[in-house]
Amino acid sequence: MVVSVAVCSQRLFRIVGRSFLAFVLTPELPLSDWISELDDWIARSNGFFDGRPLVVDFSRVRLTKVEVSGLLAQLEARNLRIIGAEGVNPTWVGPMLGPLPSGGKPMSVVETLSGDDRDTEEVADVPAEAEPTSMMLEGSVRSGQSIVFPRGDITVTGSVASGAELIAGGSIHVYGSLRGRAIAGSKGNKKARIFCNSLEAELLAIGGLYKTADELESELRGQAIQAWLDGQVLMTTAQG
Amino acid sequence: MAKVLVVTSGKGGVGKTTTTAALGAALALSGQAVCVVDFDVGLRNLDLIMGAERRVVYDFINVIQGNAKLQQALIKDKRLSSLSLLAASQTRDKDALTEKGVARVMDQLREKFDWVICDSPAGIERGAILAMRHADIAVIATNPEISSVRDSDRIIGLLDSKTVKAERDETIEKHVLLTRYDAARAQRNEMLSIDDVLEILSLPLLGVVPESRDVLNASNIGSPVTLSNPSCAPARAYQDAARRLDGETVTMDIPVVKRTLFGTLFGRAA
Repeated sequence: MVVSVAVCSQRLFRIVGRSFLAFVLTPELPLSDWISELDDWIARSNGFFDGRPLVVDFSRVRLTKVEVSGLLAQLEARNLRIIGAEGVNPTWVGPMLGPLPSGGKPMSVVETLSGDDRDTEEVADVPAEAEPTSMMLEGSVRSGQSIVFPRGDITVTGSVASGAELIAGGSIHVYGSLRGRAIAGSKGNKKARIFCNSLEAELLAIGGLYKTADELESELRGQAIQAWLDGQVLMTTAQG
Repeated sequence: MAKVLVVTSGKGGVGKTTTTAALGAALALSGQAVCVVDFDVGLRNLDLIMGAERRVVYDFINVIQGNAKLQQALIKDKRLSSLSLLAASQTRDKDALTEKGVARVMDQLREKFDWVICDSPAGIERGAILAMRHADIAVIATNPEISSVRDSDRIIGLLDSKTVKAERDETIEKHVLLTRYDAARAQRNEMLSIDDVLEILSLPLLGVVPESRDVLNASNIGSPVTLSNPSCAPARAYQDAARRLDGETVTMDIPVVKRTLFGTLFGRAA
């Protein structure tokens, strides 16, 4: 009995330990000087941190909870991708960051995700050996849900509701109505595209360039469309 | 096997409490044992709609905290012996609802009744999440207007992620009940059409309850509309919805504009 359970679970369920490389930022006092040094660094080496996971080591500074979250917000405002924190009370950094054990090697973690638990599961149970480069969502994405898939394309068989958002490293395909926000090429992939069967989107973005609902051509509303980048211009056309 | 049903919506004022009372009474009229449970701790209303406000001695929170037995807190309806009410506390707030306590009371209710109908508070906070937590079936009360529809959509997302069934990877059965439907305004395109609502929510339709004075009158006398005036249009819509929940196939009755003599003479809807 015990043996059969073990065999069964081995076949169905795998846990593999892996370590990943992450850069560690170590803030120092005074924080304002450190931030401006960081800004200098970012300005000098444009794109250095793009898409790279970062860990913040707070062990050299003594900060309050408010200061920690303020600093994390400042880093996020610079588009830095913080995946964990060291040297602080683990409950301080908020549910989005998995705090690393202190003194640990720079290792971690699945992609940071926002949105409902269900969405988190869908990425977290990706098997270790073959990481798929596309995500298939059957049914609709509901208002308030945020689906983040930096590794590739997102396909939705239903509709994306007003107030929902899709963020894909690759292209976005919506076979129903797109009423929420679609952000394709989130890591700067300018070849990413957005397709939907009925355009009622709040926002379309590809590779950091975006159009809001007001800027979208009104004759395209309700149409099946494709959006792509032509140089620095986000183009939208009806699909034949 | 008892079924736990949650009546929820996200938005307030769409008719959750009215729906809970009306569906509860309609199901109880068919002889099944029904308990309606008010989860709106601090803003309880279901006792008023059920006409039991003077009979609340112990409430849901007393049972959760072990100050009263479930049997003591259940209020049997005077008109219908198969219908019971578990009232919310008016003096406490939603923090008094504990996850474990709610689970325990729900288990006890499942043993005693055929249907347990949970009246969710508005919003997406603790009270609403705990009301939907143990449900097998959800009725999403929605008015045909965009704010209500978007809030319903948000609630549907939560039903698919925060309920016990969802966490077990089972799907919770979900139905849209369109309430406060005004046929005249729909005809003048002043409201979303039924098709628009169903297209956005992509869920099956349980029924269309017309906006009606009969609902207001029923609330005023403290009676579920399906008991006080069973032949009026909203009561019939609720009776049909209850039969559909029970597994019957009932043809859908969509409210239409009644033409008055004056309207007919001038060829316009009244």
